[in-house]
Amino acid sequence: MIDPGKAVQQSTEKPDPSVAAASELLFGAVFGVAFGFLLQKGGVGKFNVLIGQLLLQDFTVAKVMLTAIVVGMVGIFALHHFAKVNLHIKPTRVGANIIGGLLFGAGFALMGYCPGTAAVALGQGNWDALFGMAGLVVGSWIFAELSGWTKRTIEKWGDLGKVLLPDLLYLPRVPFVAIFVVLLTAGLFVLDRYFPR
Amino acid sequence: MRRHRKTSCLVGGLALLPLHAAVAAEPGVNALSYAGPAWSPYVVGAGIGVLCWLTFYFSDSPIGASSFYAQVSGFIGKLFAKRHTESLVYFKDNPPCVDWEVVFVVATIAGGAIAALTGGEFANEWLPPMWVARFGDNIALRAVVAFGGGILMAVGARLAGGCTSGHGISGTLQLNVASWISVVCFFIGGIAVAMLLFKL
Repeated sequence: MIDPGKAVQQSTEKPDPSVAAASELLFGAVFGVAFGFLLQKGGVGKFNVLIGQLLLQDFTVAKVMLTAIVVGMVGIFALHHFAKVNLHIKPTRVGANIIGGLLFGAGFALMGYCPGTAAVALGQGNWDALFGMAGLVVGSWIFAELSGWTKRTIEKWGDLGKVLLPDLLYLPRVPFVAIFVVLLTAGLFVLDRYFPR
Repeated sequence: MRRHRKTSCLVGGLALLPLHAAVAAEPGVNALSYAGPAWSPYVVGAGIGVLCWLTFYFSDSPIGASSFYAQVSGFIGKLFAKRHTESLVYFKDNPPCVDWEVVFVVATIAGGAIAALTGGEFANEWLPPMWVARFGDNIALRAVVAFGGGILMAVGARLAGGCTSGHGISGTLQLNVASWISVVCFFIGGIAVAMLLFKL
């Protein structure tokens, strides 16, 4: 009989660079199912909910995102404070963030789903998500073809490195998080008050 | 007399109905007239927030989706042009790999399917009703627009460093400056183009 523990250890002894460890992938599967389940229940796999947000008619997306940010922020900074988790900060490159962000938004409006919600849309039987997902794969390839050039140009414009909002404003992290959470929660109350959906 | 007028109105109205339907579908497309979420957005948002704690703690990984598509493009590239793929700067920095996020996004499809099937919301349709109300039922038109949108979105996500999940949730909750700039730009670009598409 194969001891599953040993089998996993053996595979990590001689790692295949193109496949991650089985335990890591198992966690990914469990968390992914939970993510897709929640997004579907939140209605954000629906074309009309996503486009409705961009038309400023349906504020479901903003409510889901802001709530996730508030709850996530409190927990992650608490866990980080007690050295239980690492932060995963992406470098700030103002030029690339702005240009990329605007391109992403334009594509989002055309496709009607974003990369994560397209997966949910596909799961709930909105087959038009497949066209968009094919576009996402092709677009990723196009970016890879351009990546030498973007690295020399756009990604150098306004390169601030890995920086957090409180660091940028020279404020201590913990009080900043506290104030930010209050502000975002106030924003949620306003959204809830003025937008039924 | 009055009755006669009513009848002629009705006949005229019926004759105009197809045209009227086409015109009515034009500007005032209202997203709220289609089905909304099954659960409260606050419950779902809080659930995703807690899920972020778990992925950080157990997987040392933030939630993200867009690099899944980059991985897939890398695998396909390696299949057809291995050396060229490996020579590209993006794939040198991010070698294609079946990693946590790849499995995560594939599982997201399954999670969406489970939620829709158990909640009686499985759509099984090629065109979203709101799209049909605005642009008609030509699947080829939808395919071209969605495919083009996907291309733009992927280039944008790779340039910005993430998508609505990686920047929009995981990055913003860490107070990452890059993420807040990006997510504001996602919505500026998205609102502008959506208004052009659905309001003009």
